[in-house]
Amino acid sequence: MLQALADGILTGSIIALGAIGLTLTMGILRFANFAHAELVTWGAYMALAVVTLTGPFMGPIAPFSFGLPLIFATIVAAALTAALALAIDWLVYRPLRRNTSHLTLVFSSFGVSLLVRMVVLLIFGGAAQYYSRTLQIAIPVAPGMRILPDQIFTLALTVVIVVGLHFFLQNTRLGLSMRALAENPELARVNGLDTRAVVRWTWVIGASLAAVSGVLYGLSVQLRPEIGFHLLLPLFAAVILGGVGNVFGAVLGGLVIGLAESFAVLVVPAGYKMAVPFIILLAVLYLRPTGIFAGTVGGVK
Amino acid sequence: MSGFAAYLVFFLIVALTYSIVTMGLNLQWGYTGLFNAGVVGFFAIGAYGTAVLVGPDRAHLIGGFGLPFPLGVAGGMALSALAAFIVGLATLRLREEYLAIATFGIAISIQLVALNFEALTGGAQGLAGLPRPLFSFFGSPGAYNLFYLLVVVAMAAIVYVALEVAVRSPWGRVLKAVREDETAARSLGKNPAAIRLQVFVLGCTLMGLAGGLYVGFIGYVSPLDFLPILTFQIWAMLIVGGSGNNRGAIVGAVGVWALWAMSGLAISRLLPVTYQSQGGAIQVILIGLLIVLTLLFRPRGLIGETEAVSRHTR
Repeated sequence: MLQALADGILTGSIIALGAIGLTLTMGILRFANFAHAELVTWGAYMALAVVTLTGPFMGPIAPFSFGLPLIFATIVAAALTAALALAIDWLVYRPLRRNTSHLTLVFSSFGVSLLVRMVVLLIFGGAAQYYSRTLQIAIPVAPGMRILPDQIFTLALTVVIVVGLHFFLQNTRLGLSMRALAENPELARVNGLDTRAVVRWTWVIGASLAAVSGVLYGLSVQLRPEIGFHLLLPLFAAVILGGVGNVFGAVLGGLVIGLAESFAVLVVPAGYKMAVPFIILLAVLYLRPTGIFAGTVGGVK
Repeated sequence: MSGFAAYLVFFLIVALTYSIVTMGLNLQWGYTGLFNAGVVGFFAIGAYGTAVLVGPDRAHLIGGFGLPFPLGVAGGMALSALAAFIVGLATLRLREEYLAIATFGIAISIQLVALNFEALTGGAQGLAGLPRPLFSFFGSPGAYNLFYLLVVVAMAAIVYVALEVAVRSPWGRVLKAVREDETAARSLGKNPAAIRLQVFVLGCTLMGLAGGLYVGFIGYVSPLDFLPILTFQIWAMLIVGGSGNNRGAIVGAVGVWALWAMSGLAISRLLPVTYQSQGGAIQVILIGLLIVLTLLFRPRGLIGETEAVSRHTR
């Protein structure tokens, strides 16, 4: 039981980081970006590329399985993922945003997701890969509950990022602009908000978080080109559960999904684990379609 | 039959089966603006439903009722309709993306059931040895395939004509009204929620029909026939052909399937064996590019929707 709790919180915090980016883009750009999860894959593999290039010039920092190279790689991966997101926006989403229905954007994100995932597959191959093969010793935290040092790092980093993002959204001019645009795009525009700058920053923040989420996911499991695709449903479930556009909702939604997946394995065969987010999603849509915290963009017509 | 003719028959059977799926999707998206991102799920339910109903009795498996093929297909269609009804009830009053995400989820879940519920679906190995309707009447597989092509052509034609009649009827005009302006439709006394549910269930039933036809032709089912990429392929077919037009759906289905088959052939011929798995990625990249480029440069597709103007304004 306790172990399921620990595992659930850890998966949940990884889902949460991805869901923050998705909820921001859904709230501000107003379309469901099916390619967001592929940014997670891209980020994870960019970090792998950097780690492979730099090599283990420094050993892991005990007790973690990774050292400074991976931290450096994560920063580079975040930048490269932000660059990819901006490039996609510039090449595909921006031209389509101009005239057509927002659903055209969703279709194009289908196409984009296939492109990103398959380019990763083409470059890195389909086999599982690892950042490091260093074995870690799990620390017994409580009776029946063991945690890897990497997992403690994951959790701590998530907390730092979420708190940082909260201050950013509450206290900075850009954060205020983002909230304003999510709340009421017309009003924000009338007030002379530079929407293009806000959109750019939304991509940068969302993509960077996706990359971090990808690296942390890669630390906890193996890297495969399908990791993003498998995260897509949990990400959407977390976003809708928390209310679209609501950052804290996304974090809470991510934790709920992570915990639900983790505990569900105790009850149903593990093969069905991936259906858990779907069941939660369907239940939320039946009972409270605006999510736990009503999002800035209500789902109801 | 020569090799090429035999291949052409095989190709057309599959392409026209997919054209039925694409027409179902066209009814949902092209005419009514319903965003189904789980096409493969409803196709798979039709296929597995048919397989379980027509399959021979097997000791270790549920099902194997040995029903006649038409009854099996009807059962598969009914199951697809039921799944659509359940998902539709939850999501059709919400913004379109929610339907997309929910249908995407059901497709994933159905795949999991196909893979894990071995007592019903045979798991990863699937169900083999399913009866192919009227197979014993034909002397050779070639002749049988030709017969099956006629069956699929007939079914596609029936679906096409039925849909054309339906969308030209008053009911069909309401679909576009719901798509274009829901408030206006409601003010005319129409019930958009009911219309949406009808269309969603009907479209998914057609996908189930195609699934049943697929099983009848192939003679077995396995989860590998229903990978998520099929949903993207069907969407590419509709977008390329031109949504809101049933002829466009058929042209798109045949065209995109031809591109898929030919690129697959080219990759298997040109790439060395060690790179074959990567070759599959190139095929999928082509589908992705096709979707994005069509949306960017020819958003109406090859044959777009014809504008409907009231004869009173002419």
